[in-house]
Amino acid sequence: MASLFLELWQAYLWPLILIILKIVAIVVPLLVAVAYLTYAERKVIAAMQMRKGPNVVGPFGLLQPIADGFKLFLKETILPTASNKVVYLIAPMLTFFLALVAWAVIPFDEGIVLADINVGVLYLFAISSLGVYGIIMAGWASNSKYAFLGGLRSAAQMVSYEVSIGFVLISILLTVGSLNLSDVVMAQKKMWFILPHLPLFFIFLISGLAETNRSPFDLPEAEAELVAGYNVEYSAMPFALFFLGEYANMILMSAMTSILFLGGWLPPFNLAMLAWIPGPIWFALKIAFVLFIFLWVRATFPRYRYDQLMRLGWKVFLPFSLAWLVITAGVLQFTGLVPK
Amino acid sequence: MDALLHEYFPILIFLGIAVAISVIAVAASWIVASQHPDREKDSPYECGFEAFGDARGKFDVRFYLVSILFIIFDLEVAFLFPWAVSLGKIGLFGFWSMMLFLGVLTIGFIYEWRKGALEWE
Repeated sequence: MASLFLELWQAYLWPLILIILKIVAIVVPLLVAVAYLTYAERKVIAAMQMRKGPNVVGPFGLLQPIADGFKLFLKETILPTASNKVVYLIAPMLTFFLALVAWAVIPFDEGIVLADINVGVLYLFAISSLGVYGIIMAGWASNSKYAFLGGLRSAAQMVSYEVSIGFVLISILLTVGSLNLSDVVMAQKKMWFILPHLPLFFIFLISGLAETNRSPFDLPEAEAELVAGYNVEYSAMPFALFFLGEYANMILMSAMTSILFLGGWLPPFNLAMLAWIPGPIWFALKIAFVLFIFLWVRATFPRYRYDQLMRLGWKVFLPFSLAWLVITAGVLQFTGLVPK
Repeated sequence: MDALLHEYFPILIFLGIAVAISVIAVAASWIVASQHPDREKDSPYECGFEAFGDARGKFDVRFYLVSILFIIFDLEVAFLFPWAVSLGKIGLFGFWSMMLFLGVLTIGFIYEWRKGALEWE
């Protein structure tokens, strides 16, 4: 009996507990990071506009995100009578859920990854494509004109930039020859991909802004005309889930940018004197850097018009990233650099 | 099969935990917070007016066009993934086949551009 239990424990239970602990080790820091990203956003933008930002709750306002979270938790969950209640409630959960599960394949250091699948890039691409469902479901199920328009705009915008992101990913894949994210990082030991693929870095960054509905592409929630768009009817926890999902997606986009272009957990220039700092810290620093660009852009640029947004996506980024893909493939093929 | 299970099982568990977190968050807030729904509060938001008409009316056909274009190009991307990974193994023949495919798609892209399918004025 005891030996049976021991066997069961060793074969199934202990690995299961280990996996759950790993997941907790990803989710909890992620949620804390999301909370403090909202704080950082308000502080950074305040500093850029010569204001103070949140400074009342706790020292330097550090407890502000927690206070905000509690406030949202204790509000009434409004279910509009005209809405399709089930879809209406599933939409924010889906957004949040997708923002979390994408992190399963992100490598934090060599070997430190929850699921080291060999189609990591494809998995991320698939999960981020699904993100549009949460928004269009919210826009449709709310049965409110603002929400519907916001949902439509957001969906069209996200799918438009999805295509360029796809081509950028393919160019990187060609250079690496593998879909595994750890391989992508290891391929940058000699040189980060930001150098040979510099234009792609900017395309990816800007498409990332559009994909996460961030300023200057925040048309879906243009507060002056659409009063926050697809989430206008949401309150309390469903609203909080949208919010958390959106910010978790921002962090995910930054993580992807770091992995694809900035060498993931690798120290800059592969210097031995920088190698003593552990990989995850480098990775976090790079994510923070990209996130700072996100916030900086929000404080600096005015919002795009919708036709400009579509023009940029379809007429500039799509042809350019396609051409770059062909050039990359040609150069690799005819210089014999193509990874075997 | 074992390796497959070993790699993908954590993702399955992660899916379960993520669903649980989102459902519990909404349910807990629903239970803890006081709920006082009334007719006015739960009506669709329309800047304080009574909502007129249904939100699910006609909308611009260009959204539909964008989604059609998206399907074409996203399929193309999906088609490129296996090619990109195995370019080293399939040699020149594989390279030129894909270039031909991309050429055909580029002609289609130029056509829709000239037709004005990408215009939003």
